[in-house]
Amino acid sequence: MLGYTITQWLFGILSFLSIMFALMVVFSRNPVNSVLYLVLTFFCIAGHYLLLNAQFLAVVHIVVYAGAIMVLFLFVIMLMDLNHDNEPQKTWVTKIIAGIAGGMLLCVLVGSLKGSEQLGISQYGSSQIGMVKNLGKVLFSEFLFPFEIASILLLAALVGSIMIGKKEIK
Amino acid sequence: MLTFIIYKLIICVAVFGLSLAVAAYSTLWERKLSALLQDRVGPDRAGPFGLLQPLADGGKMFFKEEIIPNVSNKFLFILGPSLVMLTALMTGAVIPWAKDAYVAGKLYSMQITDINIGILYLFGVVSVGVYGIMIGGWASNNKYALLGSMRASSQMISYEIAMGIAVIALIITSGGTLSLREIVEQQDAGFANIVWQPLGFIIFFVCALAETNRAPFDLPECEAELVGGYHTEYSSMKLGLFLFAEYINMFISSAVMAAFYFGGYNFPFAHELYDAMGLADGSKWIALIGFGAYFTKIFLFISVFMWIRWTLPRFRYDQLMNLGWRILLPLSLLNLAITVVVEFFRGHITF
Repeated sequence: MLGYTITQWLFGILSFLSIMFALMVVFSRNPVNSVLYLVLTFFCIAGHYLLLNAQFLAVVHIVVYAGAIMVLFLFVIMLMDLNHDNEPQKTWVTKIIAGIAGGMLLCVLVGSLKGSEQLGISQYGSSQIGMVKNLGKVLFSEFLFPFEIASILLLAALVGSIMIGKKEIK
Repeated sequence: MLTFIIYKLIICVAVFGLSLAVAAYSTLWERKLSALLQDRVGPDRAGPFGLLQPLADGGKMFFKEEIIPNVSNKFLFILGPSLVMLTALMTGAVIPWAKDAYVAGKLYSMQITDINIGILYLFGVVSVGVYGIMIGGWASNNKYALLGSMRASSQMISYEIAMGIAVIALIITSGGTLSLREIVEQQDAGFANIVWQPLGFIIFFVCALAETNRAPFDLPECEAELVGGYHTEYSSMKLGLFLFAEYINMFISSAVMAAFYFGGYNFPFAHELYDAMGLADGSKWIALIGFGAYFTKIFLFISVFMWIRWTLPRFRYDQLMNLGWRILLPLSLLNLAITVVVEFFRGHITF
C-alpha cells in the first residue's frame, strides 16, 4: 500500500493517535476527560512497544500506568469534585511563565534525545530482547545490582505505605 | 492462510458463545442454589425446571424502558457498561480449554492464542476493567453511584497486589513460565499446583472474590447503604450488561483458578484412562474428555462462589481494607518466601 509496509502504517497511525490524545489531555476543559485521554495515550504508547517487539514492557506499561496509577488519578479527581467544564481564567503572568517553563522542558527533552539515533538498539543480541525470557536473563545477570536496588526501594515503599495506613504505631 | 483465519474465527466465536451461555445459566444456577440453601423452590415456571428463565430475564432486560439521566455525560454513561462487558469477554482469549487435537488431519490448538505473557495479559485486562465501573459511576452524576465506583476501584487495586504476589509464587512453582498453556501442561506429569501452593490458592481465591465484586466483597453495590452502588442510575440492558459481566468474570476466574491450581484439563489417572481406551495423543476424544474434566472443575468453583454469597454476610468497608492490606498482603509475601525455600529443596531453583 503506497510503498509502505504494515508496520510502517501501524507506526504512523499509532503516532498520530498518541499525539492527538496527548494534545486532548492538555486541551480538555474537564479534568476527568483529561485523565481518560491520558489513559488512551498510554494505550497508544503500549502499541508502540508492541511494534518494537517488547511485549513485556507493553503489558507492564498497561498494568502499572493505565491500570493502577491512572485509576488513582481518576479516583482523586472524582473525589475532589472538579467536574466543572469552566476553568477559572488564568492571569497573563501565569500563562507567560507556564509557556516559558514548558518551552524550556521541550529544549531539555530535545537536547537529551539529540544523538540518540546513533546508539545501537540491538546491543544485546537481537530484536528479541523485549521478550520476557531474554529480558529476564539480561536483568538478572548484567543489570543485577540496579535491579535489586530498585526492588528494595519498591519493597520499602510498600512496607512504608502499610505503616502509614496504620492508625497508631505501637 | 484461509483455513487459519476460519479456524481462529470459529474458536473466537465458540469462546464468546461459551462465556455468554455459561454466564446466562449461572444466573439460573445461582437462583436454584440459593433456593436450595434457603429451603425454597426457586424459579420453575419458565420451561421444564425453569430452564428458560435466563431467556425470560434477558428478554425482560431488553424490553424495559431505557433511561439516561439528562444531566449525565451521555457518551461516558454508555461507555461504562460497554467497557465492563468488553474486558470481561477479552479475558477468555488466553485460557487453554483442551488439549491439541487433530481435526481432518491437522493439529489444532483449543485456545484462541497462546501468548508467552498470558498471565500478564490477564492482569492487564482485569486492571483496565475497573475503568468501566469508575466511568459508569461518575457519568451517572449521582452520589451513591460515585461512592460505589470509588469503592470498587480502591477494592480492586488493593486486592490486585496480594493476587499478583500469590501468582508470582505460582509462577516459581510452575517453572517460571507466564504462558497458561505451559502452566497447565507441567501439571500433567506431576501433581497439581495446589499441592505446592495451598496458601497461595487461598489468597488467590479470596482476591478473586474481591476482584469480581462478589459477596462478601460486594460493597460497590451494597444496597443497604448505597441504593444500587455504581449502577444505581442504569436501567434496561445497560444494567443487564453490568450484572452479566459479573457472571462472566466469575466464570473466567473459576477457569483461571482451575488452570492455575487444579491442572485445568488434566485429571488424576488421565493417562491410564486414555491407555485403557486405546486413544493416541491428539485424539479428538482426549480433547473432549479433558474439556469435560475442566468444565467439571469450573462448575464446582462457580458453585463455591455462589455458596459463599448465600452463606456469609457482607464485610464492612474498613474490614475489607484491613483484610486486603494487613492480612492478605503480608500472607502473600510469606507465601512467596516459603515457595522459594521449598522450590530450592525441590531443585527447581539453582544458583
